Amino acid sequence: MNDKYRALRNGLAVLGVLTLAVGAYMGLSWAPAEREMGEVYRIIYVHVPAMWMALLAVTLNLVCCISYLFKASWGKDALAEASAEVAVLFGGFGLVLGSIWAKPTWGVWWDWDPRLTSMSVMLVAYLGYLAMRKFVEDPEKRAVWSAVVGIIAYVDIPIVWFSVKWWRTLHQVQSTPKTVDADMTLALRVNAFAFLFLMAFFVWNRYRIARAQRAAEVALPEALPTSAGHTSTGPVPGVLS
Amino acid sequence: MSMSPAVRNRLIAVAALVVAAGGLAFIAFGNLGENLVYYWSPKELLSQGERAYGPTIRLGGLVKAGSIQWNAAHTELQFRVAEGREADAPNVLVRSTEVPPQMFRDNIGVVVEGTYSEAAVFQSNRLMVNHSNEYRAPKEGEQRNWKETVTDASAATSPAAGSSAQTVKP
Repeated sequence: MNDKYRALRNGLAVLGVLTLAVGAYMGLSWAPAEREMGEVYRIIYVHVPAMWMALLAVTLNLVCCISYLFKASWGKDALAEASAEVAVLFGGFGLVLGSIWAKPTWGVWWDWDPRLTSMSVMLVAYLGYLAMRKFVEDPEKRAVWSAVVGIIAYVDIPIVWFSVKWWRTLHQVQSTPKTVDADMTLALRVNAFAFLFLMAFFVWNRYRIARAQRAAEVALPEALPTSAGHTSTGPVPGVLS
Repeated sequence: MSMSPAVRNRLIAVAALVVAAGGLAFIAFGNLGENLVYYWSPKELLSQGERAYGPTIRLGGLVKAGSIQWNAAHTELQFRVAEGREADAPNVLVRSTEVPPQMFRDNIGVVVEGTYSEAAVFQSNRLMVNHSNEYRAPKEGEQRNWKETVTDASAATSPAAGSSAQTVKP
Protein backbone atom coordinates (compact mmCIF):
# COMPACT_ATOMS: atom_id res chain seq x y z
CA MET A 1 0.00 0.00 0.00
CA ASN A 2 1.20 3.41 -0.92
CA ASP A 3 2.58 5.00 2.24
CA LYS A 4 4.09 8.34 1.40
CA TYR A 5 2.86 9.92 4.65
CA ARG A 6 4.51 7.45 6.97
CA ALA A 7 7.10 9.95 8.18
CA LEU A 8 4.41 12.54 8.83
CA ARG A 9 2.34 10.03 10.78
CA ASN A 10 5.23 8.91 12.91
CA GLY A 11 6.15 12.55 13.36
CA LEU A 12 2.72 13.12 14.89
CA ALA A 13 3.35 10.32 17.37
CA VAL A 14 6.77 11.70 18.34
CA LEU A 15 5.36 15.20 18.64
CA GLY A 16 2.45 13.90 20.71
CA VAL A 17 4.67 12.01 23.14
CA LEU A 18 7.08 14.94 23.52
CA THR A 19 4.26 17.42 24.08
CA LEU A 20 2.69 15.01 26.54
CA ALA A 21 5.99 14.84 28.47
CA VAL A 22 6.10 18.65 28.66
CA GLY A 23 2.40 18.73 29.53
CA ALA A 24 2.83 16.12 32.26
CA TYR A 25 5.66 18.13 33.79
CA MET A 26 3.59 21.31 33.64
CA GLY A 27 0.46 19.69 35.00
CA LEU A 28 2.10 17.68 37.76
CA SER A 29 4.75 20.11 38.93
CA TRP A 30 4.92 23.48 37.20
CA ALA A 31 1.28 24.51 37.63
CA PRO A 32 0.24 25.48 41.16
CA ALA A 33 -2.03 23.41 43.38
CA GLU A 34 -5.67 24.39 43.49
CA ARG A 35 -7.11 26.45 46.33
CA GLU A 36 -9.93 24.11 47.23
CA MET A 37 -8.97 20.75 45.82
CA GLY A 38 -5.24 20.87 46.48
CA GLU A 39 -3.16 18.48 44.37
CA VAL A 40 -5.95 16.17 43.28
CA TYR A 41 -7.26 18.75 40.80
CA ARG A 42 -4.25 17.94 38.57
CA ILE A 43 -6.23 15.14 37.00
CA ILE A 44 -7.91 17.95 35.03
CA TYR A 45 -4.87 17.97 32.75
CA VAL A 46 -5.81 14.56 31.38
CA HIS A 47 -9.55 14.32 32.06
CA VAL A 48 -10.49 17.46 30.14
CA PRO A 49 -8.23 16.87 27.09
CA ALA A 50 -9.48 13.28 26.86
CA MET A 51 -13.09 14.47 26.81
CA TRP A 52 -12.34 17.21 24.31
CA MET A 53 -10.75 14.65 21.99
CA ALA A 54 -13.75 12.34 22.37
CA LEU A 55 -16.08 15.17 21.35
CA LEU A 56 -13.80 16.16 18.49
CA ALA A 57 -13.60 12.59 17.22
CA VAL A 58 -17.37 12.06 17.27
CA THR A 59 -17.75 15.34 15.40
CA LEU A 60 -15.36 14.05 12.76
CA ASN A 61 -17.49 10.91 12.66
CA LEU A 62 -20.61 13.02 12.06
CA VAL A 63 -18.97 14.92 9.22
CA CYS A 64 -17.93 11.63 7.60
CA CYS A 65 -21.41 10.13 8.05
CA ILE A 66 -23.23 13.06 6.45
CA SER A 67 -20.63 13.46 3.77
CA TYR A 68 -20.75 9.75 2.93
CA LEU A 69 -24.48 9.86 2.32
CA PHE A 70 -24.17 12.87 0.03
CA LYS A 71 -21.18 11.58 -1.88
CA ALA A 72 -20.11 8.04 -1.08
CA SER A 73 -16.51 6.96 -0.82
CA TRP A 74 -14.75 4.16 1.04
CA GLY A 75 -12.36 6.70 2.48
CA LYS A 76 -15.19 8.52 4.29
CA ASP A 77 -16.60 5.25 5.60
CA ALA A 78 -13.16 4.21 6.83
CA LEU A 79 -12.59 7.57 8.52
CA ALA A 80 -16.02 7.35 10.15
CA GLU A 81 -15.14 3.95 11.60
CA ALA A 82 -11.72 5.15 12.77
CA SER A 83 -13.03 8.31 14.44
CA ALA A 84 -15.85 6.49 16.25
CA GLU A 85 -13.45 3.93 17.65
CA VAL A 86 -10.96 6.56 18.81
CA ALA A 87 -13.83 8.60 20.30
CA VAL A 88 -14.87 5.62 22.40
CA LEU A 89 -11.26 5.16 23.49
CA PHE A 90 -10.83 8.76 24.64
CA GLY A 91 -14.36 9.03 26.02
CA GLY A 92 -13.95 5.86 28.07
CA PHE A 93 -10.57 7.04 29.30
CA GLY A 94 -12.02 10.45 30.21
CA LEU A 95 -14.94 8.87 32.05
CA VAL A 96 -12.64 6.67 34.15
CA LEU A 97 -10.43 9.67 34.93
CA GLY A 98 -13.48 11.71 35.86
CA SER A 99 -14.63 8.97 38.20
CA ILE A 100 -11.21 8.84 39.86
CA TRP A 101 -11.37 12.61 40.29
CA ALA A 102 -14.93 12.48 41.61
CA LYS A 103 -14.19 10.21 44.57
CA PRO A 104 -11.88 12.57 46.47
CA THR A 105 -13.70 15.77 45.46
CA TRP A 106 -17.41 14.97 45.21
CA GLY A 107 -17.12 12.09 47.65
CA VAL A 108 -18.58 9.51 45.25
CA TRP A 109 -17.24 7.56 42.29
CA TRP A 110 -20.36 8.11 40.29
CA ASP A 111 -23.79 9.64 40.32
CA TRP A 112 -26.46 9.74 37.64
CA ASP A 113 -26.45 13.47 37.11
CA PRO A 114 -27.36 14.74 33.61
CA ARG A 115 -23.73 15.26 32.53
CA LEU A 116 -22.50 11.85 33.60
CA THR A 117 -25.61 10.18 32.25
CA SER A 118 -25.45 11.85 28.84
CA MET A 119 -21.76 11.03 28.58
CA SER A 120 -22.52 7.38 29.34
CA VAL A 121 -25.21 7.45 26.68
CA MET A 122 -22.61 8.73 24.22
CA LEU A 123 -20.29 5.81 24.95
CA VAL A 124 -23.09 3.28 24.67
CA ALA A 125 -24.34 4.86 21.42
CA TYR A 126 -20.94 4.74 19.75
CA LEU A 127 -20.24 1.25 21.05
CA GLY A 128 -23.54 0.35 19.43
CA TYR A 129 -22.40 2.03 16.24
CA LEU A 130 -19.20 -0.01 16.24
CA ALA A 131 -21.05 -3.22 17.13
CA MET A 132 -23.50 -2.68 14.29
CA ARG A 133 -20.63 -2.30 11.86
CA LYS A 134 -19.39 -5.74 12.87
CA PHE A 135 -22.77 -7.32 12.23
CA VAL A 136 -23.39 -6.04 8.71
CA GLU A 137 -21.38 -7.97 6.16
CA ASP A 138 -22.23 -6.08 3.00
CA PRO A 139 -19.78 -3.16 3.03
CA GLU A 140 -22.11 -0.80 1.22
CA LYS A 141 -25.12 -1.51 3.43
CA ARG A 142 -22.84 -1.24 6.43
CA ALA A 143 -21.60 2.15 5.31
CA VAL A 144 -25.10 3.53 4.70
CA TRP A 145 -26.65 2.11 7.88
CA SER A 146 -23.80 3.16 10.11
CA ALA A 147 -23.88 6.65 8.60
CA VAL A 148 -27.51 6.92 9.70
CA VAL A 149 -26.68 5.57 13.16
CA GLY A 150 -23.77 8.02 13.39
CA ILE A 151 -26.04 10.97 12.62
CA ILE A 152 -28.64 9.89 15.17
CA ALA A 153 -26.02 9.12 17.83
CA TYR A 154 -24.62 12.61 17.50
CA VAL A 155 -27.86 14.05 18.92
CA ASP A 156 -26.40 13.20 22.31
CA ILE A 157 -23.31 15.39 21.85
CA PRO A 158 -24.96 18.81 22.23
CA ILE A 159 -26.78 17.29 25.20
CA VAL A 160 -23.46 16.28 26.77
CA TRP A 161 -22.09 19.77 26.20
CA PHE A 162 -25.14 21.74 27.36
CA SER A 163 -26.32 19.35 30.09
CA VAL A 164 -24.44 21.39 32.69
CA LYS A 165 -26.15 24.58 31.49
CA TRP A 166 -29.64 23.24 30.83
CA TRP A 167 -30.11 21.21 33.99
CA ARG A 168 -28.95 21.04 37.55
CA THR A 169 -25.95 18.78 37.76
CA LEU A 170 -23.31 17.62 40.18
CA HIS A 171 -20.74 18.34 37.49
CA GLN A 172 -19.81 22.01 37.25
CA VAL A 173 -20.35 24.08 34.11
CA GLN A 174 -17.53 24.56 31.61
CA SER A 175 -14.58 26.58 32.83
CA THR A 176 -13.20 29.41 30.72
CA PRO A 177 -9.82 31.14 30.83
CA LYS A 178 -11.58 33.71 33.03
CA THR A 179 -12.36 31.14 35.69
CA VAL A 180 -9.00 29.38 35.54
CA ASP A 181 -5.64 30.87 36.55
CA ALA A 182 -3.36 31.63 33.60
CA ASP A 183 -0.69 29.04 34.51
CA MET A 184 -3.32 26.34 34.76
CA THR A 185 -4.87 27.37 31.44
CA LEU A 186 -1.49 27.15 29.72
CA ALA A 187 -0.73 23.73 31.20
CA LEU A 188 -4.18 22.55 30.10
CA ARG A 189 -3.61 23.80 26.56
CA VAL A 190 -0.25 22.07 26.24
CA ASN A 191 -1.85 18.81 27.33
CA ALA A 192 -4.76 19.37 24.97
CA PHE A 193 -2.34 19.70 22.05
CA ALA A 194 -0.50 16.56 23.15
CA PHE A 195 -3.79 14.69 23.15
CA LEU A 196 -4.69 16.22 19.79
CA PHE A 197 -1.47 14.98 18.15
CA LEU A 198 -1.94 11.52 19.63
CA MET A 199 -5.59 11.41 18.64
CA ALA A 200 -4.72 12.39 15.07
CA PHE A 201 -2.06 9.66 15.05
CA PHE A 202 -4.55 7.07 16.31
CA VAL A 203 -7.28 8.11 13.88
CA TRP A 204 -4.91 8.14 10.94
CA ASN A 205 -3.57 4.66 11.67
CA ARG A 206 -7.00 3.25 12.37
CA TYR A 207 -8.21 4.83 9.14
CA ARG A 208 -5.49 3.06 7.18
CA ILE A 209 -6.50 -0.27 8.69
CA ALA A 210 -10.17 0.36 7.90
CA ARG A 211 -9.27 1.48 4.38
CA ALA A 212 -7.28 -1.69 3.78
CA GLN A 213 -10.14 -3.80 5.13
CA ARG A 214 -12.61 -2.08 2.79
CA ALA A 215 -10.28 -2.58 -0.14
CA ALA A 216 -9.97 -6.27 0.68
CA GLU A 217 -13.72 -6.65 1.10
CA VAL A 218 -14.68 -5.04 -2.18
CA ALA A 219 -11.81 -6.63 -4.11
CA LEU A 220 -12.74 -10.12 -3.02
CA PRO A 221 -15.26 -10.95 -5.78
CA GLU A 222 -12.76 -9.85 -8.39
CA ALA A 223 -9.90 -11.78 -6.86
CA LEU A 224 -11.81 -15.04 -7.11
CA PRO A 225 -10.76 -17.13 -10.10
CA THR A 226 -13.31 -17.16 -12.91
CA SER A 227 -13.99 -20.06 -15.26
CA ALA A 228 -12.63 -18.33 -18.35
CA GLY A 229 -9.58 -17.04 -16.58
CA HIS A 230 -10.95 -13.60 -17.11
CA THR A 231 -10.79 -11.04 -14.38
CA SER A 232 -13.11 -8.15 -14.27
CA THR A 233 -11.43 -4.81 -14.46
CA GLY A 234 -14.59 -2.76 -14.13
CA PRO A 235 -15.71 -1.19 -10.91
CA VAL A 236 -17.44 -3.34 -8.37
CA PRO A 237 -21.19 -3.02 -8.95
CA GLY A 238 -22.79 -0.20 -7.08
CA VAL A 239 -19.58 1.13 -5.67
CA LEU A 240 -17.68 3.92 -5.09
CA SER A 241 -14.20 5.20 -5.52
CA MET B 1 -39.79 2.31 -9.25
CA SER B 2 -36.07 2.43 -8.77
CA MET B 3 -33.89 5.10 -7.39
CA SER B 4 -30.20 5.49 -7.92
CA PRO B 5 -28.19 4.66 -4.78
CA ALA B 6 -26.77 8.18 -4.72
CA VAL B 7 -30.21 9.80 -4.66
CA ARG B 8 -31.47 7.27 -2.13
CA ASN B 9 -28.49 7.96 0.15
CA ARG B 10 -29.12 11.68 0.02
CA LEU B 11 -32.74 11.19 0.97
CA ILE B 12 -31.62 8.96 3.83
CA ALA B 13 -29.19 11.67 4.94
CA VAL B 14 -31.87 14.35 4.91
CA ALA B 15 -34.28 12.09 6.80
CA ALA B 16 -31.65 11.23 9.43
CA LEU B 17 -30.72 14.87 9.87
CA VAL B 18 -34.37 15.87 10.28
CA VAL B 19 -34.91 13.14 12.89
CA ALA B 20 -31.72 14.12 14.71
CA ALA B 21 -32.55 17.83 14.69
CA GLY B 22 -36.11 17.13 15.80
CA GLY B 23 -34.95 14.94 18.67
CA LEU B 24 -32.44 17.51 19.80
CA ALA B 25 -34.93 20.36 19.55
CA PHE B 26 -37.38 18.38 21.66
CA ILE B 27 -34.80 17.84 24.36
CA ALA B 28 -33.50 21.40 24.23
CA PHE B 29 -36.80 23.27 24.03
CA GLY B 30 -39.36 20.68 25.11
CA ASN B 31 -39.37 21.81 28.74
CA LEU B 32 -37.78 18.54 29.69
CA GLY B 33 -36.19 20.36 32.62
CA GLU B 34 -39.51 20.12 34.43
CA ASN B 35 -39.21 16.36 34.51
CA LEU B 36 -35.48 16.20 34.85
CA VAL B 37 -34.76 17.69 38.21
CA TYR B 38 -31.58 16.20 39.57
CA TYR B 39 -32.14 17.79 42.96
CA TRP B 40 -34.53 20.08 44.77
CA SER B 41 -33.39 23.33 46.30
CA PRO B 42 -34.24 23.91 49.99
CA LYS B 43 -37.01 26.30 48.98
CA GLU B 44 -38.54 23.74 46.62
CA LEU B 45 -38.25 20.98 49.21
CA LEU B 46 -39.95 23.11 51.87
CA SER B 47 -42.71 24.14 49.44
CA GLN B 48 -43.59 20.48 48.85
CA GLY B 49 -45.09 20.23 52.32
CA GLU B 50 -46.09 16.71 53.32
CA ARG B 51 -45.35 15.30 49.90
CA ALA B 52 -41.63 15.56 50.68
CA TYR B 53 -41.89 13.20 53.67
CA GLY B 54 -40.78 9.68 52.95
CA PRO B 55 -39.50 9.16 49.42
CA THR B 56 -35.80 9.16 48.66
CA ILE B 57 -34.96 12.55 47.22
CA ARG B 58 -31.96 14.73 46.48
CA LEU B 59 -31.49 18.13 48.01
CA GLY B 60 -28.93 20.62 46.70
CA GLY B 61 -27.69 23.96 47.90
CA LEU B 62 -24.94 25.65 49.87
CA VAL B 63 -23.70 24.60 53.27
CA LYS B 64 -24.96 27.35 55.55
CA ALA B 65 -22.03 29.16 57.12
CA GLY B 66 -21.48 28.21 60.75
CA SER B 67 -23.97 25.36 60.66
CA ILE B 68 -21.59 22.41 60.49
CA GLN B 69 -21.40 20.24 63.57
CA TRP B 70 -19.27 17.17 63.62
CA ASN B 71 -19.25 14.50 66.26
CA ALA B 72 -16.12 12.48 65.59
CA ALA B 73 -16.92 9.96 68.33
CA HIS B 74 -20.16 8.93 66.63
CA THR B 75 -19.28 10.00 63.06
CA GLU B 76 -22.34 12.14 63.13
CA LEU B 77 -22.47 15.15 60.89
CA GLN B 78 -25.08 17.83 60.98
CA PHE B 79 -25.39 20.96 58.88
CA ARG B 80 -27.88 23.12 57.05
CA VAL B 81 -28.30 23.27 53.29
CA ALA B 82 -29.32 26.77 52.29
CA GLU B 83 -30.80 28.30 49.16
CA GLY B 84 -28.07 30.96 49.02
CA ARG B 85 -25.42 32.72 51.00
CA GLU B 86 -27.78 35.18 52.71
CA ALA B 87 -28.28 34.56 56.42
CA ASP B 88 -32.06 34.35 56.02
CA ALA B 89 -32.08 32.11 52.96
CA PRO B 90 -34.45 29.12 53.25
CA ASN B 91 -32.53 26.14 54.60
CA VAL B 92 -32.98 22.53 55.61
CA LEU B 93 -31.27 20.68 58.44
CA VAL B 94 -29.32 17.66 57.22
CA ARG B 95 -27.94 14.77 59.23
CA SER B 96 -25.45 12.30 57.94
CA THR B 97 -23.34 9.52 59.35
CA GLU B 98 -20.74 9.82 56.64
CA VAL B 99 -17.31 11.35 56.90
CA PRO B 100 -17.61 14.24 54.45
CA PRO B 101 -15.21 14.67 51.52
CA GLN B 102 -12.18 16.85 52.06
CA MET B 103 -13.70 19.85 50.25
CA PHE B 104 -16.73 19.97 52.51
CA ARG B 105 -16.94 23.29 54.35
CA ASP B 106 -19.04 26.41 54.86
CA ASN B 107 -20.66 27.87 51.73
CA ILE B 108 -19.69 25.02 49.42
CA GLY B 109 -22.23 23.43 47.08
CA VAL B 110 -23.58 20.06 48.20
CA VAL B 111 -26.06 17.51 46.96
CA VAL B 112 -27.44 15.09 49.54
CA GLU B 113 -29.56 12.05 48.90
CA GLY B 114 -31.89 10.71 51.53
CA THR B 115 -35.28 11.21 53.12
CA TYR B 116 -37.02 14.16 54.70
CA SER B 117 -39.29 13.73 57.68
CA GLU B 118 -41.97 15.53 59.67
CA ALA B 119 -39.28 16.41 62.21
CA ALA B 120 -37.85 18.74 59.54
CA VAL B 121 -34.66 16.71 59.33
CA PHE B 122 -33.17 15.47 56.10
CA GLN B 123 -31.48 12.17 56.85
CA SER B 124 -28.77 11.83 54.23
CA ASN B 125 -27.22 8.54 53.20
CA ARG B 126 -25.17 10.02 50.39
CA LEU B 127 -23.31 13.29 50.69
CA MET B 128 -21.78 14.84 47.56
CA VAL B 129 -19.81 18.04 47.38
CA ASN B 130 -19.65 19.92 44.11
CA HIS B 131 -17.01 22.23 42.85
CA SER B 132 -17.44 25.46 40.92
CA ASN B 133 -15.84 26.02 37.53
CA GLU B 134 -13.13 28.14 39.14
CA TYR B 135 -9.60 26.89 39.44
CA ARG B 136 -7.27 29.15 41.39
CA ALA B 137 -3.88 28.86 42.98
CA PRO B 138 -4.08 29.10 46.78
CA LYS B 139 -3.35 32.51 48.21
CA GLU B 140 -0.37 32.81 50.53
CA GLY B 141 -0.74 30.40 53.43
CA GLU B 142 -4.25 29.40 52.44
CA GLN B 143 -5.16 25.75 52.67
CA ARG B 144 -8.75 25.06 53.47
CA ASN B 145 -10.06 22.14 55.37
CA TRP B 146 -13.63 21.51 56.37
CA LYS B 147 -12.58 20.68 59.92
CA GLU B 148 -11.57 24.29 60.43
CA THR B 149 -15.11 25.51 60.04
CA VAL B 150 -16.97 22.98 62.16
CA THR B 151 -18.27 23.12 65.65
CA ASP B 152 -17.18 20.02 67.52
CA ALA B 153 -20.45 18.52 68.66
CA SER B 154 -18.67 15.85 70.69
CA ALA B 155 -17.46 18.50 73.12
CA ALA B 156 -20.43 18.60 75.47
CA THR B 157 -19.15 21.80 77.04
CA SER B 158 -19.80 23.72 73.85
CA PRO B 159 -23.10 25.49 74.49
CA ALA B 160 -23.72 26.28 70.83
CA ALA B 161 -23.34 22.66 69.79
CA GLY B 162 -25.34 21.40 72.72
CA SER B 163 -28.32 23.63 72.24
CA SER B 164 -28.71 23.30 68.51
CA ALA B 165 -28.26 19.55 68.71
CA GLN B 166 -31.25 19.56 71.07
CA THR B 167 -33.50 21.36 68.66
CA VAL B 168 -33.14 18.71 65.99
CA LYS B 169 -34.02 15.70 68.12
CA PRO B 170 -36.92 14.11 66.27
